Amino acid sequence: MNRPSDWIISTFCRLCTGATAAATLLLVGFLIVRGIGTLHTRLFFGETPWVQAVTGRQPIFEGIWPALCGTVLLVLLSAAVSIPIGTASGIYLSEYASRRTRSLLGFAVDVLAGTPSIVMGLFGFTLVLFLRRTLFPDARTGLSVAALCIALLILPYVIRTTQAALQAIPHSVRMIGPSLGFTRWQNVRHILVPSASRGILSGSILAIGRAAEDTAVILLTGAVARAGLPGSLWDKFEALPFHIYYLAAEHRTSLELDQAFGTSLVLLCLTGTLFMTASFIRRRLERRWSTK
Amino acid sequence: MEWSLSIAAGLSAAAIVCILFLLGFFCMPLLASGEILRIFSWTWQPFHGHFGILPMCAVSLLLSVAATSLAFPVAVGICCYANFLVPAGAGRLVLTLMHFMAGIPTVIYAFVSIFLLVPLVRDHLQCGTGFSFFTAMLTLSLLILPTMVLVFNAHLQQADPILRLAAEAAGMNPVQQVRHLLIPTASRGLVIAAVLGFGRAVGDTMVSLMLAGNAPQLPGSPFDSVRTLTAHIALVISTDSQSMAYQSVFASGLVLFFLLSTINLLIRRIGRRQGGAAS
Repeated sequence: MNRPSDWIISTFCRLCTGATAAATLLLVGFLIVRGIGTLHTRLFFGETPWVQAVTGRQPIFEGIWPALCGTVLLVLLSAAVSIPIGTASGIYLSEYASRRTRSLLGFAVDVLAGTPSIVMGLFGFTLVLFLRRTLFPDARTGLSVAALCIALLILPYVIRTTQAALQAIPHSVRMIGPSLGFTRWQNVRHILVPSASRGILSGSILAIGRAAEDTAVILLTGAVARAGLPGSLWDKFEALPFHIYYLAAEHRTSLELDQAFGTSLVLLCLTGTLFMTASFIRRRLERRWSTK
Repeated sequence: MEWSLSIAAGLSAAAIVCILFLLGFFCMPLLASGEILRIFSWTWQPFHGHFGILPMCAVSLLLSVAATSLAFPVAVGICCYANFLVPAGAGRLVLTLMHFMAGIPTVIYAFVSIFLLVPLVRDHLQCGTGFSFFTAMLTLSLLILPTMVLVFNAHLQQADPILRLAAEAAGMNPVQQVRHLLIPTASRGLVIAAVLGFGRAVGDTMVSLMLAGNAPQLPGSPFDSVRTLTAHIALVISTDSQSMAYQSVFASGLVLFFLLSTINLLIRRIGRRQGGAAS
């Protein structure tokens, strides 16, 4: 480090990292300081006793329990659609598709991955308009449409991680099946997919995290501020990220603002846990193949 | 069982066709009546019959270019720091931080900025309400930063480890390695990271919706209130106005869709050229 330009470059790198770390710490610290005081049963259930609230015997007026349930439902529904389809597509792309098909399908997946979430929401919105004009005159936005759009949003993540996990399998492992006289499907079913299962799992968790945090899609496809627990798949619903957006724009009292900070903290814990789990699994995975 | 795999793959590809079809279907009335020209004009005043979305398009591009050019050098700096300037353990810590940042919901970035950044801009720079181009740009650059770092880092990891050894053997210090090894060998990774970050910035809704102030105009200064294409879609749909404003939203959606598809095509082109060069 003897030349001044060297010094400038290394200082710049240090500054960048330091500033980013400081900004992130500030962001998380601010949320914790403002939000930690609100984290008790009141935040979730308001004035309703929690046993009554969870069992659905009494409605909840103040708490974020319906929003939490809405988000969990949304995530489960969209994962139920996109994880099987995404995993299967990933396997097809990696193991079965010809070079040409792979390039063509790969492009479709890339375009899907690049589609902004607001456009995905707009798709759900136009889908409802379209259904209303054609087959179902009383179609409306709600949980099922939102779940479908979120499923499309996270589908490319699942496909790409599945494909990457399969392609990272070393040649020696890949040849075990054929050497035992397995058919192609038997090799996929008994050797390749089990070997790639951790990668697929981490991709799925990542996708679930994306599904939980997305706001723009549900903004256009049926999230509302006060819906209570959804009674059916066609109902409007509440969700945590939408609740934060709504309270940030429309809070009337400082109590509501405190609730917004509490909600943000809950959402951050939820997605943070999911993302850290996914990256932990992925790191274990990298180590697994590299030690061989 | 195997046929179900190809059906799933077909479904995934069909999704993209469906999106394009529906957006196009709802734009058809505009094209048929020739009113598409009124959409591509420079004034948005729905009550006076002006439905131009060009200001929003321009702001979307401007804001994304600004955020990307702010985040890009920082992303490169962080990558160099994590890979070359510190021991591997500390480097991994930095990357974990990036993974964590990538996992923070967009809406939380915007929400916290309302309380930390907006008052700062309003009170210390004495400029308007604080909901401005500048505020949105800063938050957006923080949002796309982890994406760029992680993409660039993935490209760095693919580089041949022998090169690094050779550089060490030649007695290069870490900074020299950055300048003479990292930047030349990973230049395509740099371009891809920048383009991906740009795409993420264009597509983002919540930050611009919550922080940019949403006035449909071209900004005269960085502290003016602006509205992006994504925020425009969200606002018009939620306020539910007349039919022409409504249709302009479908046109905005198509514009966004084609913009992002072009970006993807660009990334593929760059990636393929790299593959060709390697083989």
